[in-house]
Amino acid sequence: MKQVLPLLALLAAGTAVAAGPAGSDGKAPAKPALSAASAAAVPYAVANCFNCHGTDGKTSAAIPPLAGRDRVYIEETLKAYKSGAKPATIMHQLAKGYTDEELAVFADYFSQQK
Amino acid sequence: MSQEKEFTLPGNARTADDSLGQATVNSGRRRLLGALGAGAAIAAVQGAAFAAVRKPKSIGRVVIIGAGFGGATAAKYLRKWSNGSIDVTLIERNKQFISCPTSNEVLGGNRAYESLVHGYDKLGKNWGVKLVNASATAVDAEKRRVRTDTAGEFEYDRLIVAPGFDFNFASIEGYDEKARERILHAWKAGAQTLALRQQLVDLPDGGVYALTIPKAPYRCPPGPYERASQIAWYFKQNKPKSKVLVLDANDKIISKEKLFLGVWEKDYAGIIEYTPKWNATGVDAASNTVISELGDRLHADVLNLLPAQRAGDIARAIGIVNVNDRWADIDWITLESTALKNVHVVGDALSAAPLMPKSGHMANQHGKAVAAAIVEIFSGREPQPTLLANTCYSLVDDKRAIHVDSVHRYDPEKKQPLVVAGSGGVSSAPSVEEGLYTRAWAETIWKDVLA
Repeated sequence: MKQVLPLLALLAAGTAVAAGPAGSDGKAPAKPALSAASAAAVPYAVANCFNCHGTDGKTSAAIPPLAGRDRVYIEETLKAYKSGAKPATIMHQLAKGYTDEELAVFADYFSQQK
Repeated sequence: MSQEKEFTLPGNARTADDSLGQATVNSGRRRLLGALGAGAAIAAVQGAAFAAVRKPKSIGRVVIIGAGFGGATAAKYLRKWSNGSIDVTLIERNKQFISCPTSNEVLGGNRAYESLVHGYDKLGKNWGVKLVNASATAVDAEKRRVRTDTAGEFEYDRLIVAPGFDFNFASIEGYDEKARERILHAWKAGAQTLALRQQLVDLPDGGVYALTIPKAPYRCPPGPYERASQIAWYFKQNKPKSKVLVLDANDKIISKEKLFLGVWEKDYAGIIEYTPKWNATGVDAASNTVISELGDRLHADVLNLLPAQRAGDIARAIGIVNVNDRWADIDWITLESTALKNVHVVGDALSAAPLMPKSGHMANQHGKAVAAAIVEIFSGREPQPTLLANTCYSLVDDKRAIHVDSVHRYDPEKKQPLVVAGSGGVSSAPSVEEGLYTRAWAETIWKDVLA
């Protein structure tokens, strides 16, 4: 069991990057990976979004749900908020707080929620 | 409570334990195979998906004092992110959660009080949090035990202290227990919210309401200005000769200044009168007169006093209040007290980082940050700093709202989170759209904290 533990930890870390190494699924664009320093069992920072968009992006209130939405759509929308290309009430301000890499991880996480 | 409930084992739980029998080891292998087969699906196993294979081996025990936005969030996310492998006991003296955010709407007559009130039962049912309705009275840090008034003692590996704030009533001379029966603060939502609403309803047209604001920091920086707006809206509809006097100890409006001033000038001219640098230090309850630091006296028909605030009394009793005798200093990676090991602090009680408000939203973010840190520690990994975000909406009338928001990232040199340059900001103008988002925000965060 002692040998299993690090392996489990690795797997858990693998979940942090949510989909394994970039491009391993053969699809483009490559799925995101957080830096080793921020690798954890879950990409915890994604919970920054849950206050308004619901736990795991699930909500039926006026603020749009994110769970199960297309990964590329979420990622590109967040980046458009960040660049200012897409206007918003608050998301253009919040998106600027995150790196493109983080936004991609968030998008991937939400796209996988059922 | 729902300890009988069984859970699937998480990918990141410590499964090795010499005391475990072969069956457990085998099931550990099965789980490992399952994990390999399922690939990255581990993180998705949570909540309702806890549907029962076996109860996981506990990787640690956490006791939480206080089930507000910070403590209740920490409880839920400790269970969620450990996939049920951390035992969580949540000690709360109130039977129900009553939301401060949006309670100003009740004062303005724009929200039913009942909508602020929520049960704690889903934290037990959905997440297996052990709920204890009692008041924590003392902590033995050596033995790692929390004592309560009516429910006995609880042992912990890690303690989270989330008591919110308590008033320093002595900051306003004469604001004693008797005076407080009639002159309200209503800064913790509950009976006082309803009582203050009743005072406003009973006020005749032409009557004067006065609100005092203490020097920052205090809970909810834009809250007093939102309250003034809500009550001015109510007066405008129902008592147009009445006035709202805002007596602010600060040099100016400390949150969304231009937006509030804009609304007040355009919509509440002749109703709201704002005075900065007016520090309320005394009250003569018999004559309903508030007295400033400089000796100015002001009578109002309804006085609403906000005394200076500090970390909740239990934090002081435990001995973790070490900043200006008011707030608890923490390590910003683990949110662990710098005064006591294995004791973490979230919410209003902690000594906030620069430009970090004491808000329900931020307390919720603290709760997630401390949950992440403790899951990492119990899993044998090094906790990493996580990001924190804040959004505070204020409703300026029955429909429109404004916001302030920010994203805070840990700075390794300063060892605290700082607002990310270029992030955050305020509304361009009050809008109905943001009013709708405000109500959605409330509905959503209540669920994120409690369900």
